[in-house]
Amino acid sequence: MLKAFENGADGVMVVGCLEGDCHYLSGNIRAKARVQRVSAILGRIGLGAERIHMYNLSAGEGSKFAAFANEFVEKIREMGQSPINAARLKVPEQSAGGER
Amino acid sequence: MITGTPKPIEEILEMLEPYDKIIVAGCYGCVTVCRVGGEKEVQVLASTLRLAREAAGRKITIKEISLERQCDPEYIEQMRGYVQDYQAVLSIACGAGIQFLAEKYTTTPLLPGINTGFLGVTERQGEWAERCQGCGDCVLHLTGGICPVTRCAKSLFHGPCGGSVQGHCEVGKDVPCGWQLIIDRLKALDQMDNYTKLKPYKGWNTSRDGGPRRIVREDMI
Amino acid sequence: MKSGSNLEKVLAAGHFAVTAECGPPRGADPEVVRRKAAYVKGNIDACNVTDNQTSVVRMSSIAGCMILKEMGIEPLLQMVVRDRNRIALQSDLLGASALGVRNLLCLSGDHQKFGDDPQAKNVFDIDSMQLIHLTRTMRDDGVFPSGQKLDGAPKFFIGCAVNPFADPFEIRVPRLKMKINAGADFVQTQCIYNMEKFKVYLEDAMRQGLHEKVKILAGVTPLKSAGMAKFMKKMVAGMDIPDAVIKRIADEPKEKQAAKGIEMCIELIQELKEMEGIAGVHVMAIEWEEKLNEIIGGAGLLPRPVVE
Repeated sequence: MLKAFENGADGVMVVGCLEGDCHYLSGNIRAKARVQRVSAILGRIGLGAERIHMYNLSAGEGSKFAAFANEFVEKIREMGQSPINAARLKVPEQSAGGER
Repeated sequence: MITGTPKPIEEILEMLEPYDKIIVAGCYGCVTVCRVGGEKEVQVLASTLRLAREAAGRKITIKEISLERQCDPEYIEQMRGYVQDYQAVLSIACGAGIQFLAEKYTTTPLLPGINTGFLGVTERQGEWAERCQGCGDCVLHLTGGICPVTRCAKSLFHGPCGGSVQGHCEVGKDVPCGWQLIIDRLKALDQMDNYTKLKPYKGWNTSRDGGPRRIVREDMI
Repeated sequence: MKSGSNLEKVLAAGHFAVTAECGPPRGADPEVVRRKAAYVKGNIDACNVTDNQTSVVRMSSIAGCMILKEMGIEPLLQMVVRDRNRIALQSDLLGASALGVRNLLCLSGDHQKFGDDPQAKNVFDIDSMQLIHLTRTMRDDGVFPSGQKLDGAPKFFIGCAVNPFADPFEIRVPRLKMKINAGADFVQTQCIYNMEKFKVYLEDAMRQGLHEKVKILAGVTPLKSAGMAKFMKKMVAGMDIPDAVIKRIADEPKEKQAAKGIEMCIELIQELKEMEGIAGVHVMAIEWEEKLNEIIGGAGLLPRPVVE
């Protein structure tokens, strides 16, 4: 999850199965805890805790997925660029992202 | 195992202020088992540091490694080839491992990435509790297998004190009274005569109070 | 006589003993001790001076004892094992004895977590049971616990505290027995409000003849108000105040609760005085020393006997 931010993501949406419905029993509950941890890290280093969010969906909820995705993208747009990307734009020669 | 907790990222960033090229070194021993200093934690910490430093406009280069054990010389030697290429090593092993690295690589600053905790057990996933203080003179056979030095907040040898209430210690309702545990266990073992004996004053000289300790096994040297 | 202290003499002569306590101030002003001590004087056979109780830093217990002594009051030195290792404990025992302090109460001490310095390192080198043993060894055998000979043994009437109400209840009498075996001459109990439970404890102790081996001073604390009773019940570990006791004081209008508390305390002392196995009372009038005369006099325990 943190790698995604290093690679230039402004936001990361994590999607798991509905709670209680995980193929790996408690995998999605553990994932939730890890997302919370990453969120806390992002908050503490000034990237913004809201840049990562976990949604729970069943495989049959396509329209809900689309709605969540739109909602999340909208939220990240409002937050603007991640400070990482902002810094990379300022110092293009140091940018890992290249031609962004 | 030896447990620990991560240092606050702010504190680590402050330690790293003078450096732009470091090693983050984990350990596959105890700290991997208690999820504070293993390979995965190295990755998370390194990522976090890169993000934080880049967001602050000053990138940092990090080499991520994990050693089998930072408390054994043969594994520490594995870093010999490249340590000098970095400005500092941030170790997330226990305090013993960090110090052993510092002893072996004398010209590179060693920084602690975790606060080393205690000798403990995994009570359940994500929760560890202290069981041993390594006092060097074990009395568990007399106390029903429960350590008074560790489990009693006052390390009493004739507990419980007056602060024991319904099995809780006076220092906190979430702390079980060590002596209540001992008494329950001695009763179950029918060994209460151990309880009523006056115990000799503890010799703390085998504990840390006697100075830094050393074990020498002639048969192994 | 083991120590020749006034308290020891009063008890040996078969009198019902009375002790009280003075908490030293949070500062260096001796007048605070003198003011409190003035209320104590003449009402008791010995006065406890607490040792950094609840882990809050106060004037040292030995200093407090000396101020009392200057005023002609017999001091009883409280000593906790929280703050001093065995070297300091032994040294302070020698010093206190040299200065003429003859009564000692051996305690563990509240955990430092409760005080102003929760970050302090605690000591607990030996525990209170072992402090009793250590003092007796020095007094009776004339040697340090290390085996080295003493150049003059300290003289103390050795006391300990017992809490008949703490958990687990079934080891409370065995613990008393252990303290007696370690060398305790007298015990002061935790404040008694639950008389029924205390009687169960005492009867069990008497069945084993413990009251003949140790002088039992029953602890009492007058309640100032229903609020104080409720607070103590809730906040003080090992404090057992039955609802009926709280109700009795709570039924009074606020302005009469203090008087009721004193009346209840006097009744309790009178009841204890008549009980076999009880050798005296320890009246802990916390920050209410001015009422000691009224309480002790009211219980018919004045004037205090003079034993030569």
